[in-house]
Amino acid sequence: MRFGFFLREALRALRRNAVPSFAAMATVLVTVLVLGVFIPVVQATTSGANEIRAKVVADVYLKAGATKRDIERVRGIIANDTPGVGRVEFISKEQAYAEEKKRNPEAYALLGTNPLPDTFRVTPAKPDDIVRVRDALSPISPSGARTVVDRSIDEVRNREEDTDKILSATRVVKLTMALLAGLLVLASLLLVANTIRLSLYARRREVEVMKLVGATDWFIRWPFVIEGMLVGALGGVLAVLLLAVVKIALVDPLAADFALIAAPQTMNFPLLVAVLIGASVGVSALGSGLSLRRFLRV
Amino acid sequence: MAATERHVRRRRDPAPARTRVVGDPVPGAVIDFRSVTKKYPSGDLGLQDATFSVVPGEFVFLVGSTGSGKSTIIRLLIKEIDPTYGAIHVAGRDLGSITRKRIPNYRRNLGVVFQDFKLLPNRTVYDNVAYALQVTGGTRREVREKVPDILRLTGLSTKLHSYPDQLSGGEQQRVSVARAFVNHPPLLLADEPTGNLDPETSVGIMQLLYRINRTGTTVVVATHDNAMVDRMRRRVIEVSHGSIVRDERAGSYAGTESTREFAALMRDEVTEPRTERFRARRRADAAADADLDPERDADA
Repeated sequence: MRFGFFLREALRALRRNAVPSFAAMATVLVTVLVLGVFIPVVQATTSGANEIRAKVVADVYLKAGATKRDIERVRGIIANDTPGVGRVEFISKEQAYAEEKKRNPEAYALLGTNPLPDTFRVTPAKPDDIVRVRDALSPISPSGARTVVDRSIDEVRNREEDTDKILSATRVVKLTMALLAGLLVLASLLLVANTIRLSLYARRREVEVMKLVGATDWFIRWPFVIEGMLVGALGGVLAVLLLAVVKIALVDPLAADFALIAAPQTMNFPLLVAVLIGASVGVSALGSGLSLRRFLRV
Repeated sequence: MAATERHVRRRRDPAPARTRVVGDPVPGAVIDFRSVTKKYPSGDLGLQDATFSVVPGEFVFLVGSTGSGKSTIIRLLIKEIDPTYGAIHVAGRDLGSITRKRIPNYRRNLGVVFQDFKLLPNRTVYDNVAYALQVTGGTRREVREKVPDILRLTGLSTKLHSYPDQLSGGEQQRVSVARAFVNHPPLLLADEPTGNLDPETSVGIMQLLYRINRTGTTVVVATHDNAMVDRMRRRVIEVSHGSIVRDERAGSYAGTESTREFAALMRDEVTEPRTERFRARRRADAAADADLDPERDADA
């Protein structure tokens, strides 16, 4: 009975305040639309940046005379005793030679013998850990020169220049995106809150009268919250429908051709829809409930 | 008022000393004000040391010019504001002990009628009255039983489905009286109920309030409708500059103001403050317990 009453009240308010309700709904719609486009873009960009960062590796070169036992021992040290290591890949002399020969056949033909050492390619669990991994495998001795943790290791290299560039560039990209996303979310919140406040302002007299008749705060608030939820849901659903149309008509055909758009690590569409609708309903309901507080002090 | 001016005034008449509240509330009174003082944050004095009580079934007029403190009394009674000092009891309940959360509950025991009607603009007459019942958790059956009844009593049976903006001022005020009375509260407050209405419509509203009063409900009407007060001859409490200056059992609007006094007022001559006159007369009343003759005021 209670909920039915509140729902009827909310529907009545929507009907009688069609124009402000429509404005609020339009605001939610536009905001959700912008977020719906922006969220996948941010995700694609960050996942792109992450993909590049995953290329950060450290190469552990072994000495020329390393035996099978030496190789296994070093593998054990890298895999078990070094913190922050993600993936370890062994590239034998022969593999390396074949690879390089494919890339530069003439030069290797001139060489005749295989000058390349056995190598462990170490990928850190987190790209930022690369320096830590390097230092663990090849600590700096008190004299300042680099030593190695095992006698069969010749040298540890992390392609310093490339690594630094990749790390700083991707960090800038990620930060910018995070900042933009934050600003956009803030702008959406303010926009929705402001619209709600405006439509509530027009009805503050009504709230005052309700209080004077003896209505409790929540008795007044529930219809407003339900109204906000309805407006938010309507705006959210419409925006999602538009997004779906755009996705099916434009993005999906292109995604087949361009790997960039396909961006496999982005949120899948149903989850995105759920998040957007949930956010629009939640924000609208919360906004109505909170904005009302000021007018309830009678 | 300029800030400096206000400052000067505050210094000139400092807040009344926080003395003990005089006496206990009158037992059985519906309304009991004890030394109630209200100072607004702006420094304006709303009410000063007001003490009076109203017994059940009374019909009381609160009179006085605008800004005299009538509305302050009404607003104190509906606990829209709290007194700076003093104690207010309504039906034996100390208003100071009602928490913010319990205010809605308290207000359900009052009927309030305002000068500007304060109807809900997007509801029909029927729904406006029904809202007062729904607020208290009234069931649909209760609404169906009580609302048509009260609308018949107030003469609005034909306007059930009109919206407030389709009604005349008098009809809107009837709706607001109906809303105030639908719960059958023991106390009905009216703040300038006829302030926006023409004299003839005012009579209808007063009639309604009078009829409600005869069912046993205490009615307090703040008004400056002198014609109405003079004709009805009920208890009159006059407020001036925040103080109660007159309290008569069957008074008229203007008190005992002779033509000569009025002429002096028109010429802007300084006359003896009315508060002093009231105190002097109260002393005399207490001594002789003079029975009030309504005719005496009418002739003045």
